Amino acid sequence: MAERRQPVPARLIPRAFRMSHATVDVSALIGPYPFRELPHPDPGTLISVLDREEIPRAWVGHLPTAFHRDPRKGNESLYRDLVPHRSRLDPAPTVRPDWPSWEKELARAVDEGAAAIRAYPAHWGLGPEHPSLVDLARACSKNGLPLLFTVRFEDSRQRHAIDVAGDLPAATVRGVARAGTQARIVVVAASRAMIEEIHWGLTPSERELVWYDTSWIWGPPEDDFAHLLRAMGAARFVYGSGWPTRLAQVTRANLTLLPPDLSGARLADPTAWKPY
Amino acid sequence: MKDGLATPLAGPGPLIDVHAHFYQQGSGRASWRELNASRLAAGDRIGISWHVGSILGSWGATSPTYFQSPDDTVSGNDAMLKVQESERSRVRAWAAVNPNDTDFALRELERCRRRGAIGIKLAAARRATDALLDPLMQYAGEHHLPVLHHAWQRRPAAAAGQDPSDALDLCHLAGRHPQVAIVLAHIGGGGDWSHTLAAVRDVPNVYLDLSGSGADRGMLDQALDAVGAARLVWGADLTLETGLAKLWALDVIGVTPADRERVRWRNAASLFPPGSFPGLSA
Repeated sequence: MAERRQPVPARLIPRAFRMSHATVDVSALIGPYPFRELPHPDPGTLISVLDREEIPRAWVGHLPTAFHRDPRKGNESLYRDLVPHRSRLDPAPTVRPDWPSWEKELARAVDEGAAAIRAYPAHWGLGPEHPSLVDLARACSKNGLPLLFTVRFEDSRQRHAIDVAGDLPAATVRGVARAGTQARIVVVAASRAMIEEIHWGLTPSERELVWYDTSWIWGPPEDDFAHLLRAMGAARFVYGSGWPTRLAQVTRANLTLLPPDLSGARLADPTAWKPY
Repeated sequence: MKDGLATPLAGPGPLIDVHAHFYQQGSGRASWRELNASRLAAGDRIGISWHVGSILGSWGATSPTYFQSPDDTVSGNDAMLKVQESERSRVRAWAAVNPNDTDFALRELERCRRRGAIGIKLAAARRATDALLDPLMQYAGEHHLPVLHHAWQRRPAAAAGQDPSDALDLCHLAGRHPQVAIVLAHIGGGGDWSHTLAAVRDVPNVYLDLSGSGADRGMLDQALDAVGAARLVWGADLTLETGLAKLWALDVIGVTPADRERVRWRNAASLFPPGSFPGLSA
């Protein structure tokens, strides 16, 4: 069993706190991407990026595993690669709920001290109403683990001919959020239209269990980010960079460019989610 | 950066956004004034010295964005020139035309140039391989006007609402008009930028603007590798936050101070007619 989370040195909790109170990057990944070269997508570089962006820690997924049929071996790589960095990097392994023995994979994630569980329904061909997604959400809830859905890794207009999964439909998130599992759901790489479609398609109590990362929301002049913060509240958003497929500086730029009335906006703090 | 404001977010020194857009009353968006104001306010915080902007007709309200009617072309350019006139210290204008009405487009270019437009904006009303663009390119060459051309990186065979060009199409155009500087729009604006980089590597009069909502890691590194800092120009298009992030990223990937200046403003200043940016000389 891997070492559980360790406290973050105080020197690593400054600017981001002043700006957004960001405590954790929820949407970081490590590992290569099948469709283009990524500059050094390794844990050591991620630590440097967190230092630069002044973010204490990150939930880290394993990028190649999103494209594997069976996530087990990719998760093993993730756990192994993060061992030297566990004071800052928490594993966010992948659990595929329509795969045999997925419950064992989830149990191993718990043993390894996972901070969240990643799932890729579009890549696995699981439609919005596939019952296994609700089973996974229920199991995540039982174990106190947030369930993280990724909308996309890159713009749909540039994808490789064999990269045919498509963006995650908003209906998939709504379907899981409406199932009453009490699982915390984190949606990463969604833009304004999808966020609004999910948020306003849920009851007030359902909305309280869904968060959105900041990595793919437009700033000025469209000011989608400012609009969403005003309409939905900053507490519905969590800090996410989308690194290493996306420049981590985008989220910092978005937070910095918020208009004066939102400059103190306080994003949700996932580290406060029990039993973190 | 304007007087009295804090240190610019993008750091000190001139900064030219070669790919800005503005809106007008006929744009079909009730918030058009707020959108323009938001761009200028964020631009001041970032430290944008000059926004070189265009208005593509009515933005689809009364004729298609990429197939503007003559009336909408005039209306859009008039509105853009009005922004330029009211924001003399920070805004310059592209003249946007639809090449399908050649005689009208040439007259419109002349009208706008005389009123202070400093370049030509072509979108997606006709593919860049089409000879219909040649008279406009000749006009650009005669008046030392750069051409900012919309691009869909590695375009599909057909796309709804536009006849997009990709880098191969623009290289064809550049080869026909080697005396004209062509700015290939928004390598982060959709499509496969790696295809663009491979296509333009050896075509000296094609420049790449870095704008677009796409902020892929590796894109800037590979663009520098493909064409060097001498053929990159900064822009934001519809997303100033990704534009700012790219400027910050340039620092991280080890661009020299001299090359950073080229990308921020010197390359752009050299493309436009002399005196386009008072106080700046490439």
